[in-house]
Amino acid sequence: MSLSAPGIDFGQPSAALRLWGGRLSARVNPRVLAMAALLALGAVAIGLVTLASGEFQLSPGEVAGALLGQATAKVHMVVVEWRLPRTSLALIMGAALGMSGAIFQSLTRNPLGSPDVIGFDSGAYTGALLVIIVLHGNFYGIAAGALAGGILSAAIVYILAWRGGVQGFRLIIVGIGVSAMLTALNSYLLIKADLKVAMTAAVWSAGSLNGMTLERLGQVSAVLGIIVPLTLLLGRAMRQLELGDDAARALGVNVERTRFGMTVLGVALTATVTAAAGPITFVALAAPQIARRLCGTSGVALLPAAATGALLLAGADYLAQRAFAPTQLPVGIVTVCIGGLYFAWLLMREARR
Amino acid sequence: MNQHSSIVAATPRLSVRNATIGYDRHVVARALDVDIPERSFTVIVGPNACGKSTLLRALSRLLKPAAGEVLLDGRAIQTYRAREIAQRLGLLPQTSIAPDGITVADLVARGRYPHQKLLQQWSREDEQAVADAMAATRVDRFSGRLVDELSGGQRQRVWVAMVLAQQTPILLLDEPTTFLDIAHQIELLDLLRDLNRARGHTVVAVLHDLNHACRYASHLIAMRDGVVVAEGRPADIVTAALVESVFGLPCTVIDDPVSHTPLVIPQSGGLHPFEETAS
Repeated sequence: MSLSAPGIDFGQPSAALRLWGGRLSARVNPRVLAMAALLALGAVAIGLVTLASGEFQLSPGEVAGALLGQATAKVHMVVVEWRLPRTSLALIMGAALGMSGAIFQSLTRNPLGSPDVIGFDSGAYTGALLVIIVLHGNFYGIAAGALAGGILSAAIVYILAWRGGVQGFRLIIVGIGVSAMLTALNSYLLIKADLKVAMTAAVWSAGSLNGMTLERLGQVSAVLGIIVPLTLLLGRAMRQLELGDDAARALGVNVERTRFGMTVLGVALTATVTAAAGPITFVALAAPQIARRLCGTSGVALLPAAATGALLLAGADYLAQRAFAPTQLPVGIVTVCIGGLYFAWLLMREARR
Repeated sequence: MNQHSSIVAATPRLSVRNATIGYDRHVVARALDVDIPERSFTVIVGPNACGKSTLLRALSRLLKPAAGEVLLDGRAIQTYRAREIAQRLGLLPQTSIAPDGITVADLVARGRYPHQKLLQQWSREDEQAVADAMAATRVDRFSGRLVDELSGGQRQRVWVAMVLAQQTPILLLDEPTTFLDIAHQIELLDLLRDLNRARGHTVVAVLHDLNHACRYASHLIAMRDGVVVAEGRPADIVTAALVESVFGLPCTVIDDPVSHTPLVIPQSGGLHPFEETAS
């Protein structure tokens, strides 16, 4: 293995990583790597704190013991069966949302790009509402409805924005229009619904990690285990799209196929989270930009955005559980608050320029 | 590089055969036949909307001909894989976007994409190609700076460096001098001539300035209304009659005292633009 600093000044820390006689090589930015690792560690640390806190306050030693399978039955039940699924899902889902946001911000070349923008979230809510109000479905029915609604609305936005190819800006504009119409439809459905049913729907719409089980953790992990590697594979071509369509095409990127593939993967990442927990907004929007500022990367990068997303959602989940304990807030409400703060900060920063 | 250049010169690597090109239902050129001579510095000139940029887009596969074909090394360009074309043919489009906060060397390194594989993303060849491209365009002195902070001339040299890092024998450039002042225009054209003469690149550029075209081109293609009106060495084809028929501009052509190429001196009283479109 050789880890050498190249003779080129990249204006930032840079090292060439070459293994097995050059059969594997990459250029890495140690600062980005270190910052992403730090963010991921922070996320895991918050997760561990969350595992220890609650109505049964546990010591770090007890949590470690439970994770290593050396705790009493009671502690094991509290940590591994009750708290671990929820905390792990917060980390995994946060990472998925961060990645999804990075995809849409890269595709639209716009820091406001996110799954909400292409109509996914409002469409998912429409789907869930129809299942709750019309079909009186259970959890899986609602998840399926949200998936179908979200994917359908994203597809409609994609098709309406198509003019021999899809441009980022047109995608955003069409997405806002379709979202607005779906929001109107959602309000209509809620008003027409029975009060009790409407309450159930409203709770779903806040996005919550309450009641996450080991089974759900397994399902979400299995799905993301397929989507995430595909995203990382296609991510290299996606970053070339940031140079403009013509330049990317001239460099050998299949522009339309890459853009379509990344849109599908970005929707799939968010859809998985939404199906399991309801819509959790703002993580996808804020994580890539926070990661970009912390790491100093050009454009948005997938892995730092994933680490930041995990940190944000794990932090939001801790607050949701502990801020007004014993009252448990839906985590979606906390992320909306974080999103509000993020926007206020962004506006102040832009205004000062 | 190639020892039997006489044979190669007889068979152009890039050519257009009986092609109809355009956008949607708007046909820009019909039955177009163009050869790009091997190792030439070919410049395409013509009035606005004559189809010169469209021709360049067709040559670079960005635009698929509605009929006929574009041949790269004797094979229809559409039958190549995207990556194979990108290893033979580089393009500097009219508009490119530098991602926010990208440094010069980082942008130039993006040109290595067609040579990289999933597991080999920064080989020694990649590193060498980026260093060479930056040295050839003299952007190595500020390789660590942000692209956004550079002057227009420097930025255009960085984009040329990115295309050079692609290490393609053929370079296509769409109006590369448009937003540059006169000194930077000459600097860039000198660079392209060096790449053509010293490094053996086949260079194809669309240019607006006829005198620059005459001075730098080894092969000139003059277009009007989607038709190639004349092609050949500038000294052989550029006459007052040709310039008037292509641009509708009465002029005198004299010998350029510095480069001894044709120098076009416009006369006032050219065709009124409205008359031109009416005729």
